[in-house]
Formats: sequence, structure tokens, C-alpha cells
Amino acid sequence: MVSMGAARQGAPAILVLEDGQTFLGEQFGAGGETFGEAVFNTGMTGYQETLTDPSYHRQIVVQTAPHIGNTGVNDEDAESGRIWVAGYVVRDPARRVSNWRATRSLTDELVAQQIVGISGLDTRALTRHLRERGAMRCAISTQDLDRESLLAKVLESPPMVGADLSAEVSTRESYTVPAIGEHRFTVAAIDYGIKTMTPHRMAERGITTIVLPSTASAAEIAATGADAVFLANGPGDPSTADATTAVVRELLERSTPIFGICFGNQILGRALGFGTYKLRYGHRGINQPVQDRSTGKVEVTAHNHGFAVDAPLDAPTETAFGAVEVSHVCLNDNVVEGLRAHDVPAFSVQYHPEAAAGPHDAAYLFDRFAELLGERASFATGMSNLGEPR
Amino acid sequence: MGKRTDISHILVIGSGPIVIGQACEFDYSGTQACRVLRSEGYRVSLINSNPATIMTDPEFADATYIEPLTPAFVEKVIAAERPDAILPTLGGQTALNLAVSLHESGVLAKYGVELIGADIDAIQRGEDRQKFKDIVRTVGGDVPSSAVCHTLEDALEFAATVGNKIVVRPSFTMGGLGSGMANSVDEVRTQVARGLAASPVHEVLVEESVFGWKEFELELMRDRKDNVVVVCSIENVDPMGVHTGDSITVAPAMTLTDREYQHMRDIGIAVLREVGVDTGGCNIQFAINPADGRMIVIEMNPRVSRSSALASKATGFPIAKIAAKLAVGFTLDEVSNDITQATPASFEPALDYVVVKIPRFAFEKFPGADPVLTTHMKSVGEAMSIGRNFTEALGKAMRSMETKEAGFWTASQSAAGRSNQSSTARDFASVDELLGIASVPTDGRLYAIERALLAGATIDQVADATGIDPWFIDQMALILEVGESLREAPAVTPDLLRHAKRHGLSDRQIAALRPELAGEDGVRALRHRIGIRPVFKTVDTCAAEFEAKTPYHYSSYDSETEVVAQRERPKVLILGSGPNRIGQGIEFDYSCVHAVMALRDAGYETVMVNCNPETVSTDYDTADRLYFEPLTFEDVLEVVHAEQQSGTVAGVICTLGGQTPLGLAQRLKDAGVPVLGTQPEAIDLAEHRGAFGRVLDAAGLPAPKHGMATSFAEAKAVADTIGYPVLVRPSYVLGGRGMEIVYDETNLAAYIEKATDIAADHPVLVDRFLDDAVEIDVDALYDGTELYLGGVMEHIEEAGIHSGDSACALPPITLGSATIAQVREATEKIAAGVGVLGLLNVQYALGSDILYVLEANPRASRTVPFVSKATAVPLAKAAARIALGTSIAELRAEGLLPRYGDGGDLPADAPIAVKEAVLPFHRFRTPAGDQVDSILGPEMKSTGEVMGIDRVFGTAFAKSQAAAYGSLPSQGVVFVSIANRDKRAAIFPVKRLHDLGFRILATAGTAQVMRRNGVDAEVVGKFSDGPGNIVERILAGDVDLILNTPFGSPGNSGPRVDGYEIRTAAVQAGIPCLTTVQAAAAAVQGIEALIRDEVGVRSLQAHHEILAALVAERDAAQLEADR
Repeated sequence: MVSMGAARQGAPAILVLEDGQTFLGEQFGAGGETFGEAVFNTGMTGYQETLTDPSYHRQIVVQTAPHIGNTGVNDEDAESGRIWVAGYVVRDPARRVSNWRATRSLTDELVAQQIVGISGLDTRALTRHLRERGAMRCAISTQDLDRESLLAKVLESPPMVGADLSAEVSTRESYTVPAIGEHRFTVAAIDYGIKTMTPHRMAERGITTIVLPSTASAAEIAATGADAVFLANGPGDPSTADATTAVVRELLERSTPIFGICFGNQILGRALGFGTYKLRYGHRGINQPVQDRSTGKVEVTAHNHGFAVDAPLDAPTETAFGAVEVSHVCLNDNVVEGLRAHDVPAFSVQYHPEAAAGPHDAAYLFDRFAELLGERASFATGMSNLGEPR
Repeated sequence: MGKRTDISHILVIGSGPIVIGQACEFDYSGTQACRVLRSEGYRVSLINSNPATIMTDPEFADATYIEPLTPAFVEKVIAAERPDAILPTLGGQTALNLAVSLHESGVLAKYGVELIGADIDAIQRGEDRQKFKDIVRTVGGDVPSSAVCHTLEDALEFAATVGNKIVVRPSFTMGGLGSGMANSVDEVRTQVARGLAASPVHEVLVEESVFGWKEFELELMRDRKDNVVVVCSIENVDPMGVHTGDSITVAPAMTLTDREYQHMRDIGIAVLREVGVDTGGCNIQFAINPADGRMIVIEMNPRVSRSSALASKATGFPIAKIAAKLAVGFTLDEVSNDITQATPASFEPALDYVVVKIPRFAFEKFPGADPVLTTHMKSVGEAMSIGRNFTEALGKAMRSMETKEAGFWTASQSAAGRSNQSSTARDFASVDELLGIASVPTDGRLYAIERALLAGATIDQVADATGIDPWFIDQMALILEVGESLREAPAVTPDLLRHAKRHGLSDRQIAALRPELAGEDGVRALRHRIGIRPVFKTVDTCAAEFEAKTPYHYSSYDSETEVVAQRERPKVLILGSGPNRIGQGIEFDYSCVHAVMALRDAGYETVMVNCNPETVSTDYDTADRLYFEPLTFEDVLEVVHAEQQSGTVAGVICTLGGQTPLGLAQRLKDAGVPVLGTQPEAIDLAEHRGAFGRVLDAAGLPAPKHGMATSFAEAKAVADTIGYPVLVRPSYVLGGRGMEIVYDETNLAAYIEKATDIAADHPVLVDRFLDDAVEIDVDALYDGTELYLGGVMEHIEEAGIHSGDSACALPPITLGSATIAQVREATEKIAAGVGVLGLLNVQYALGSDILYVLEANPRASRTVPFVSKATAVPLAKAAARIALGTSIAELRAEGLLPRYGDGGDLPADAPIAVKEAVLPFHRFRTPAGDQVDSILGPEMKSTGEVMGIDRVFGTAFAKSQAAAYGSLPSQGVVFVSIANRDKRAAIFPVKRLHDLGFRILATAGTAQVMRRNGVDAEVVGKFSDGPGNIVERILAGDVDLILNTPFGSPGNSGPRVDGYEIRTAAVQAGIPCLTTVQAAAAAVQGIEALIRDEVGVRSLQAHHEILAALVAERDAAQLEADR
């Protein structure tokens, strides 16, 4: 079936999903051809952060908010050094930029970074389709406008399930983000696709972050002398990340304090012995209600995950590392949104307390992390938490 | 946590009459609250003086008190009902102020009543400007520098420190009343004086001006577990300086980065917590300096507001409903999202569309009023639209206004910026001149922007001139580019047409650009031929992330439609009444909502079409399906088509939403759409004076002598034949638009000159004006064979004052049964002659014992809710059923109508209901800053109404006055100034007031007459007499009641300066001012009732029970007699 887009004014572009659903529109950003997993994001602000979030690597992002680009692009809001999305789908790109911080237009930025996009199509119809059929492979092209030929290429492109992508987005060299003000702790962050805001949130709390490549071994991590380990967000299927999981398991054995976010939550979950699974269409937006089960309070949170941890909600689970409970849950669909180990100092959330884009309701988790480090420090003064296995 | 079980009975306070700044959004919120609380098992009592509301329908509360919203009356209700708690946050500022007052006077403590959803300290922290600013600073927010002033001197001193660019905001007022801006010392003086006068505590906040900054609002909700969500962000297109109620607004915010938005959200939530809003909704306004992003917090409302109604409709998140649940103890995560039915309310809605709201003004009703928009709200209504992009939404909102212009290219040049410049100057204006016009915020500024852009102004120039964000100006330029490219194309191609529709151009706009397409109908035919039709999307709160279970739709030119088929039940479309305006307001929404309820009960699928976000009709809970669409022929026809695709459309009801849908009836019928009830031809028969005259002639009913004219010569000939004074008006109007009483030829000539602009293609009607006649208003039902006289209302003022502005009593207080029989017979003849199937409103004038027919309207009238409540008969429900073919006899058998009798033969002891109009004069000033005249005439000026109901007329009248203007005095000073023709009639009421102990002040002539009649009247100088005059005495607070009947013609600009000054002073001093002798006589009865302390309260349900018992007694006696 072919859905007609609205009248096209620019160069024609086509979007084909792996189930054959096709949308016509016009070129937005760079021309060319691109492949990825089609996912939708419901945030009404924060497109610059979304585009530069490494977790969107290999994904073609559909923005449900119709007007994108209104505030242009600035030099402060990027979450990494480049745009990571594989393709971009919007309904009405801005013609005019209006914001006092903007230095350039979104269209120019997409062209400069060679990001292929499409606009002018019924993004709501596409979103509803993805909701009903699930996230799936997709192509956008301004070169090959033949649906059948493009569909054939889509079917040959690699699926997200089974994709091990951390190494593709991770830093190759370690680097340090210093604490703001008085230095209190040092944290080693494993970069599976870390966002700029995350070390910044820690720095605000007196934490110096040493960002390490995703391939860092337990020994390399220990060598940093950090007080704790942070497991970052990132793209891909956590079930493929066996090496990484093994590293985390080693850290757990040493009772290293661990805080994980998003992909980091999934890796921690796997290290604790839980499985992970792919959600039909994932959570991508900045309006998701998550309940902190320890307080009963609801926080409105930023999400970007296509996979989730499979853990029982009703009672703590006995694992190799002691009891582990589901600490946070998404009230929309009861998906596991956080884990807390009772017997080892490890906790994680599936969503993004660093926000960017999104509400700051969950920023308290960084406080919790800092508190945990404070308790450990007073408990074992002078001893590295990365010391001997227990 | 669940709901509270320690309370079981809750009193809900409504917001009273519709006034500028407080409209039917509070009926929407109050109705939701009542529904929710009752469904949770609480006993609900309600007090609201406004009979036109859905919430005051007896079925929405256990005990409904239509009583004045004054502390004294609320206390009486508390004493009678003994509720456990009061919910005051859903009735606007009125309810909140009452709660504060009852707390302060100790009434709440005395009766052990708890406030829920509100916290007195929090209210005061939110309202007290200085405390509020301190709070904002405490949480790290920024505020403009400012000073709280109680004197002019203090204000001048502060203003000097910020360059005399200031904003004045009085404490404890609503809708920006008394607020204003100043840019010079002189302006500082004027604005501060006005603000001090408007504040009940004589306090103003003088602030550094942020004029021209971007303006935003957040709608937040908090529960008792301290969960907070932001329901909606709203961006004002008009920058700071125009009241948000008068601004074009957009949701969600369009020009914020996530960082800026999250900063706003953080500060908003922190302020909400620090202020300590207990539970429920709250609105916070922000300003952002576009140059450097500095964000300041302007103000907050710790309650449900007009913006919350807009936000609820814009997002599908029902703020008032959820606020009611939170007030009784639920938390956000315990409340489910109605729309998805699967997710909780503890989330923030995501929109995948754009919402635009445009205010509706009524400056044409107040000649002389300054049309420049300020921080003082002047609009009387609003329309909202939803589109998949801004251009589409803006186009839909512009054509929802129902003004003469309906989007770009449809405006006559004079519409572009209704400034004071002459039309010749505008015709050849340069870009600079056009930018100058656009720089002044007025109703119609969008058209000034259109002209400036078309004349070649750049986006930056227009943005600089208007202070409107360049992104919005660019979008307007985009619309113009799309249209101009369509105009210039060699041929109209499907792609061009599709492109134009995608950017919101209506068929009418396209027709204006391409004359060869043969008008709007031609464009539509072409469009349909090539298959370009809108699809219908769903407002689902979540941008399609979850499936929506609620069919709340809007149209868009996009690909996929979401209307679900439904073929089991026939569908009935009910067309609403569009934006509120003077003459067409909440009363019509009431009738539409009743039609929905009746038809749903009767097994139909009800489909509501409307574009007014304030109403109950546009609550997705009201009809089975809701289409939030402009009420234009094009848009309605597309909805009909979509519903026909989805199932069987039984027809469309056009007769309940006022003039708006009525005006569409014939075209819909011509397009093959079944029109239910009274047919368009019958409507035309009643509207067309000549044809209607023949109906009356055939029925042998007299009408005032009349004629029609299309020129001054013709009008003069008619007037000469029938004699002056004459009542002149254009045909096809509602609310007496353009109607005047003309006493001589000069004024007739002046009227015709103005009138040709009002209705070029309709003639002017010229009627003999009946001096001293009693006006009678009738609402009736007719099914083709039987007439049901709903109610006979006797006006308190004589004919000549528009029925919408006139107080009236039901049952009539002075009409005998012979007259009523005459009325019944005449009404039946008219109903049969015109061909009514449903409701009919007839206005009669009884003069010298002759019953003249003034006019007949075969549709729901403004008085339907009043009559329904006074007589306990749901007229609009019955009308909807009649429209679908049920007879009055069947409705009687079914119990929807009384078994016997009707509203014309109410038992002698039936309760008496008095309706009084509420007027907005204090809202309007001339450009020079003077008050506009508060005189009444044949053109309607009231925004709302109240009802007083009691056993006897005097008490009911006293209640109506207390509800409308504050209580009548029971002692004190009365000032009397009477026109010569009224002097004889005025003697009795004035003497009675004197005997009751009032001191009488009078102008010389009036005093002389009074003294001769034994009234010890003290002479006081007229305004023109200089110092010590009556105006000074009124302003000094020395007078408690004014009786001032105007001299000469109300429509004239003769020597009426004295009267004008007196009435203006009365408005300023807030004391009752009676302008007719009849009203004075009624007031005397009311004052007597007050003095005897007979004024109690009784619920509508109790009144109805009494009435039912009386009717049963009457019917039994009748049956006995028949036997």
C-alpha cells in the first residue's frame, strides 16, 4: 500500500518499511539513501539532543511533534560530538530559526553531517503503524525512488535484534570530565554510548568522571582507582554484549558500587542473571511516568529504549549476588525501569535521569549515587572499592 | 491512597454569571467536578447564580442552589446543607474569593467545613504579589523588579527608577481588571489611580515592564503525594503587554529549546510546591526576553482557569475532572487516562498537532470603546482549532471567528488593523505605515500583518514592529506564499490545491485567489472531483503511542483517517454555537448539550461539532463523538461526509446552537444533508420580514407598523408613514446587532449610513417603536399539531431594551390569564404558520391591551435554560426529540414533558424566577481613558445572566440583583433623577423608599415633583453644576442606590452628559443603578423583602418538588372537574 504524502515542494523522497508500507515525502537534510530501525520519539522539545544521542545509532527516528527545527541548532545542547541517527523523519521542518542561542539551522546541520531525512509525510500514520506492527527496518532514499527495489535493500539490511553496537559509538580513548567545585569522588564510566549530560550531572555533585571505552576490562577499570563504576546508555541488543556483561559480573563480585542507566541497566540486569527482551515499539519520549517503588512517587522521565530487563515485579529475586528488586516501573505498561541489589552496592534505571532532552524529575538518582559513594567512603576510608573480590 | 472516606458531602461553588474574564470554562470545570464527585459516591451540593449553566441542571447535584454568590448566601447554603467540605477551585476567582472570605469571617470554622483542593495560605501566597515574588526568588526564579504601592506617590517614586516603563496590577481582581501599562509619568498617574480603585484592598503592584517579551504559560497539576505533572505548555503569539485572554495562543510552545522548556518546568514546579498548592490544577505565566533568554515568572493562579479549559481541550487531559479526583484524595497514578483507558494520569501529554486559540471581541457593541489590546482583558469569547501544523491550525482558527473576514485574502481592507486611520490613508499605505498599523495590538492585527507582508515588509520588520516571534511571522508568510503561488500559477493543479489545503486555506480563500473556479462551491466541487478531502485525526494525549479509545477528532489534510465505523445506531450531528459573543453564549451550548443527552438516551449516536474550548459541549465526555472543527459550511460538510462514511447519518440539528448553525441550515440542505427539526425554509420565513408579515396577516395577528428599506429614501418614506420613534435594524441578526431606536430623520439618515456596512445584501427593517408597552418573551415547543408553551416571561423593563439585557419574571407577574390565553393562541398560529418542528421563541409587546408580535425565532433562544430551570421542564431535550419525529403527546406519555398543562398555566403559587442581565461596561474605556456609557438600548450588551428564584417576586428580584450587582441596600441614600415622561410613574416607588427610611437625593426638577408628593428630597447639583455635584457624592461613597432614567433617545448622542456621568460613577462605585421606573418598582419590592429579612435559600430540587406538588394538585382538581 502506498500512502500519498502531502503536496511535495522539494526533491522527492521515499520511506519504505520492511513490511512494504511506503510513505512519500520530500528530501529533508542531505540527499542519499539510508537504512536503520524505524522508531518514533514523542518529545515535543529536544530534537538536537535526540539527534546527537548515541543510543539512536542505526535508528531512523520519526518525530511525532510536527514542527521540528524551530529553535535551530546551537553550540551547547548536543549530547555528543555528532548526529547519530541513521535517518530523520519529520512532518514540517522549520523554514525560519528563532532562538537567541541558535547558531545555524537544523537543515544546514543535517546536510553538513550528511544525515538523510524525509519530511511532509503523515508521521502520525507512520507512528500508528509502528505502534501496531512494532519497530522495524526501514529505508529513506532520495536516489532510489522505486519502492520494490528499495524494499529489497531494506530486507537485506541488518536487524536491531542481535546488533552489538557499543563499540561503534564508544570513545576509543579514555578521557576525564572533572568535578565542578570540590572534588569528592571519582567514577569510571563505561561508554556504551554516553551522553554529554551524564558526566556533567555527576560533575555537579563533585564527581570526577573517567570515561572508558566500552571494551574496558575489569582490570583496566580497577586501574583507574575510581570509587565506583557507571554503566552508560547506548545502542544495540544487550543480549549480544556478553563480554561487557562478564566485566560487570566481575565488578559485582568485588562489590564495586555500580550505577547504570539505560543500556547500563540492561547490562547490570544480565550480569545479575536476568534476561532482556525487545519491546514491540519501545519507549522514546520525555513524558513517561515511572514510579519509584520505594517511595510510591511518580516521576516524569525521559526514555529511549527498545529493549527491557525481564525481572519479576512482585517480589525481590534471589540472584548470585543476593536479593535484587525491581526498584522502578513504568506505569504505562509495567515495564521494568530500575533494579536495586540489596546485598551489593549496585542500582540502575532503564530511563534517563540526566534528561537532555527531558524533565529533571529523576535527577535525584545522581544524588543517590553520590550518597552511596559517601557512605562507602566513610565505611572504608582509604580503601578502593575496586579492590579484592569478596 | 484512594479517596477520602472521612468526608461524604461536598459543596461546589460555581463562578456565577458570564463576564469578561470568567466565562463558560467554569461551567465546563464545575460540571466535570459534579459528575466526578457524584460518581465517587459523595453527596454534592452546588451554588451558582447562573441558570444558563449545565452544572445547575438539577441532575448534576443532589442539591442545586441557584442563589447569589455572596458570602451571606453561601453561608445560608452551608447552614442549610451542612457539607463536610467545600471545593472552591473550579469556580474561578469568584469561588476562590468566596472561600477566602468565608474563612476569614469564621464561617467555615463555625460550621466545621473543610476546604478541599485549596489551602488558604497557598491562595494568599499565590495572590499576594510580593509574597509570590519572594517565593519565586526563593526557588531560584527571576521576577521583574517591582513595588507594592498603596498610594500614587509611592508608585511614582518607584516608576522613576525603571524609566517609567511599568505595569500596574491591582491585588485580588480577575481577568486583569484594573491593570494597565504606562510608558510615561502621565500614564503612570492614570494607570495607578485606576488600579487602586479596582483593587478591593486598594493595593497595586507596580512592576518593571516586560512589554514585548515572549509570553508562555504552563498548566500544572499536583496531588497529595506531591506528584506533579505539566499538562500543557502554551505560547502566546502576541507578546507580553496583551492579556493572555486577548492573545492568540498556541499549544504546545513552539519556540523553546528543551533546556529553556525544562528550566521553565523546573521553576514552575518549584513555585507550585513552595506556594503550597494543595492538590489540583494551577497555571503559571512566564516571560522570556527574546534577546538573551532571561526568563521571569509573571503570576500564578492556584486554581482551574480559562487556560486550563483550553489546555484540557488541547491535550485531551481533563484538568478539572482530575482536579476533583485529586481534591478527594486520589493521586495522579490512581486516576486513569480516559482516552487510552490503559495508562495513568500521572504523565505529561504529548501532542502531535498544533492548537491555536484566537479571542473573539465585541467592540462593535461598545462604540467609543478603545479597541487597543492591553493587559486588561476585553475579549468576550474564543475559538480553538487543531491542525497538523501551525498554518492549518491558524487558518481554521481564523475562520472559526465568524467575523466578516475568515482568513487571509477574505478581509476587506478596512479590517486590517482597526485603527483610527482613515480608510483612504490605508488604501495607499506604505510598508512603514502598514508596519505602524501592525505594531498596535488590536482585534484584526493578523490582517494588518497580512497587508504588511503582502506590501513587501520582511519577516524581521514585521517581527520587530509587532514583537511577535519571527517563527510565527514566517509561518504567516508561508501561508501567504502558498496562496500567492496558487494565485499566480498558470493552472490550478491537484498538487497546488493539496498544498494549499495542507496549509489551512479554506475553499473560500482559494476561491478568492482563483476567481475562475466559480466561488467556494466551485472549489469544493473541483476538490471532491479529484479526491482532495481532509482526514480526521484523534486527540489522544500521547502522540499515537497508545491506542485512543475516545473519538475526539479534528480534521487535517493528511493521509490516514481514524474515524471508526459505527453502523448499529443512526447518527445525529449537533452543531454548536462557536465562540461566545454578546448575544450568543453559553445558553446555546446548554441547549446543544441537552440535545446530546436526550438523543443518546433515545438510542442515537450523538456527534458534536463545535470550536469553542470553554464549553461543556466540547468535553469529549459529552457526545459519543466530538469533532473540534470550525462551524463553517466547508468544515461541517466534511464532518458530515466522514460520518456518512462511518455509518448512517439521520441528520443534522441546526436550531439549537444559535445563529451560527442556523445560518448553515439551508446550504446543508441544498447539499443533500438531512436537516432535522424546523426546516431552513421555515427559518427563512420567520427571518424574512415580508414573508413573516404575511404569516401574521393570515393568522390575524397584529405587528407594529413596519416596512423595509434598502436606502435612506425608502427608510424615510416608511418612517414618515408609520411615525417616529422607529426601531431600525438589519434583518438576520442575533442579539440586536445594529438595532437602534430612532426618534427623528437626522438620526435615521445617520443610521442608514452605518447600516449599509452591516448588511449590504439584506434590507433594513423599520418598525414603529411601541413606547410604554410591556414586552413578553415566550419559549414554546411545536410538533406540527400540538403547542407546548414552555414559559411566558414578562420583561421588567419596557419594550425598547433588548430582551437579552432586560430583566424578566417567570411566571409573569402582572399578566392575566386572558392575556396568556391570547399569547398561547398567537404562538400556536405562528408556530403552525411558520412550520416549526421544535423550539420557537416569540417576542410580544402588550400596549394598550393589544398584543403585538415583535419577532419570532424558530430556534432555541437564550432563555431556554432559564425557562427549563424555572419550570422544571427540559425544553431543549424535548426539542431534540421532536426534531427526530417524536410528538409532544408521546413526550408527555414518556414523562419528558408534563402529563397535563404547560408552562403557560403554572399554578398561582408556583415559585417565581427572575432573570437579570450582567453588563460589562466597567471593562471598556474610550481611547481617552473615559468609561463607555452604560445605557441600555435595543442592541444587546450583556455578557451573561443570573437567576433569582423564590416564592414571591420581591425576594426573587432582590436575589437577582444581589447576584448581578451585589445586594440591594436595605437602608441609606437613594439618588433620583427622572426624565419628565417618567416622573408621574416614579412618584410611588420613590415615596415608598422614603417611607422605608431611605434618604432621597434628587436633581432640582425631580426634587420639586417629589416634594409636592410628600417626599423630603434633598436637591443635589448635576455634574455640570460643578463642585459638590452628584457625581462627586457617588464617587465618595455617599450614595447606596441610583434611579436615573435617561432623557431622549438611548441611541442618540443628545444632551445626555449628566446621565452618562452619573451612570459611569455608579459603575465605578459598584452600586446598583436602575435606569427604568419599572426596575425601580421591582427594586422596592426587593428592598421590602430584605428589610423583612425574608430572603432564605432553597434548592432547585426543592422548588421543583413544590412545583410538582402544586401541578399535581391542579391536575387532580382538573380531572375532578372533568368528571
